[in-house]
Amino acid sequence: MYRLLKQIARTGIITEPAPHADQALRQIEQRLGDVILRHFGRSLAIRHVDAGSCNGCELEIHAANGSHYNLERLGIKFVASPRHADMLLVTGPVSRNMEEALRRTYDAVPEPKLVVAIGDCGCDGGIFGENYASCGRVANVIPVDVAVPGCPPEPSAIIQGILTAVTASRT
Amino acid sequence: MNDLPVQTQPIAGAMPAFQGAIEPDRLRNLCETARAGNARLVALWGSDETARGGGYALHVALARPAGLLWLSVALEREQPSYPGISDIYPAADRMQRATYDLLGIVARDSPDQRKWLRHEAWPEGVFPLRKDFDIASRFARSDDHYPFVRVEGEGVHEIPVGPVHAGTIEPGHFRFSVVGEKILRLEERLGYKHKGIEKRFETMTLQEGAKLAGRVSGDSTVAYAWAWAMAVEGATGAEPTTRALVLRGILLELERIANHLGDLGYLGNDVSLSFGFFQFWRLKEDLLRLNAEHFGHRYLMDVVLPGGVARDLPRLEGDRLLERLAAIEAEVRTLRAIYDEHAGTQDRFITTGQVLPELAEKMSLTGFAARASGIRHDLRADYPVPPWQQVEVRVASDHRGDVAARVSVRFDELFESMRLVRTLVHQLPPGELRIPVAECPGGRRGIGWIEGWRGEILFALETADANRIHRAHPHDPSWQNWPLLERAVLGNIVPDFPLINKSFNLSYSGPDL
Repeated sequence: MYRLLKQIARTGIITEPAPHADQALRQIEQRLGDVILRHFGRSLAIRHVDAGSCNGCELEIHAANGSHYNLERLGIKFVASPRHADMLLVTGPVSRNMEEALRRTYDAVPEPKLVVAIGDCGCDGGIFGENYASCGRVANVIPVDVAVPGCPPEPSAIIQGILTAVTASRT
Repeated sequence: MNDLPVQTQPIAGAMPAFQGAIEPDRLRNLCETARAGNARLVALWGSDETARGGGYALHVALARPAGLLWLSVALEREQPSYPGISDIYPAADRMQRATYDLLGIVARDSPDQRKWLRHEAWPEGVFPLRKDFDIASRFARSDDHYPFVRVEGEGVHEIPVGPVHAGTIEPGHFRFSVVGEKILRLEERLGYKHKGIEKRFETMTLQEGAKLAGRVSGDSTVAYAWAWAMAVEGATGAEPTTRALVLRGILLELERIANHLGDLGYLGNDVSLSFGFFQFWRLKEDLLRLNAEHFGHRYLMDVVLPGGVARDLPRLEGDRLLERLAAIEAEVRTLRAIYDEHAGTQDRFITTGQVLPELAEKMSLTGFAARASGIRHDLRADYPVPPWQQVEVRVASDHRGDVAARVSVRFDELFESMRLVRTLVHQLPPGELRIPVAECPGGRRGIGWIEGWRGEILFALETADANRIHRAHPHDPSWQNWPLLERAVLGNIVPDFPLINKSFNLSYSGPDL
């Protein structure tokens, strides 16, 4: 136990400043009012859905929860059920085998809700594109508020996308 | 290769590989002989040869001390079928079912004829990998009934989990049959991520394929990209320089280190030692930034290309990389001591999710998980082609087969990878980073076979005219290892499932294709 505590003390706090919102990532007009945004901005519950990714974007979402980025300090946390969520964070081209599961997950999120698509595949289908087994970009299946490009986007870009979604368009 | 009753010819390329053709009625006999001689099943897949005037073909890849044996079985054009081999190699079961879903090739007398990759994207009787199937085809969602095996008895109930999971992980369905908290049976259903990767390859050139290969399973991008490059180089006769091969070795070991760091963190997290998650992910982030700084990408995507590599590691940069890696290594040694002496952690690790050597051997377990169950196979040591020739990879091993053993092997492999990176950086000879790859005619074969962090990754390639792809089959080690997870959890409690699952950390995208 002594060693463990010593390691924590030795490591110290390594968290870096958070990125700012970037309205260029926005796909559609902000649908939420200021009051809701104020609340979301301080306590946002996210449900992640991998709709068919290569697992690359997942690695960066995990990294965003690590000490360098420390997503939770911004009041943002991942929850286990869409029914507890304010936002869906969706990766991958949507495989046709996940299309229905993604729709049902979206329907299970209570209003008001937001969707952020992560990665080149989420933005435009990426290298997999649209085919017999892939629906392509996330917006082909559910409405998307903000899309974050990258293969995979770095953790700070993912956080930026999330923050953009909970920021008023007009600033 | 002449101890098996089949004529073989070598396949050109970096790894020792041979090909042979046999009649369908000799397949079982040959597999039985191979199994008795301890040949491992690496992969099973099919192809459509109708455009070349044939019917269909079944392909089986076996690993033997002399190298890889690629067996091809020509099948009829009408109602193609072959005698199933899942009783000889249980790992073949899902591969046979996937081969049916994609090509309509039937494994006769195989007890499990349920669909595998086909869910609702296309209907029964339609086969996407047939040459007359248009990749852009769209079908109305079909009925997706899938008969799980039911366990009945007093107090037995089912827990269905997924495809959308509670954590940030890939989608798949797990059907637990439990009594109280104890798991009586686990049945996996995968295929949710099937996105037509193999068909997509057939629309690409060999060069374009590199990018897709690096995205079959994002956590193993170096291993897949190297396997692809190796297959293309074999088919075209290109021989990358030693410098390029040594750089690939460095990249592959950096990928192994990054994945073990991440999983060791989550293994702590899953036994409520969140300290472990934050410490290991801090180190993983340090490593990812090193990757980005030296090779331009945090996960090293698109760095390995046919003909060589895209990025160099100049001397001074190499020294800096080693210096920073040494700092990470020192931290991991401290963390290992903390894990080892943490009673609560060890209590959860030891005897949990055990796979004994006998079962591991029978079911063809592969990769570090196999090495944690006493099976000492590692392509880097078994076939020490460059760059492994001079570094003498020390194979980590444990015989206990539980979570503790897989954790221990991961630590050992992480340290060994650190040593390998050091040795390889010191050995970097001068040379071109990338040589040109010749235009490739049709009908050539290439094999890519790489020991990724999870296990052995195979790329079996057959070219078409004008630098294009007739058939590319990427094979993920998770095909072999998923069925062992079903066995590893038996008798364990449901709350230990995430821990056992993470100790293997298998890919969904890789085998879903």
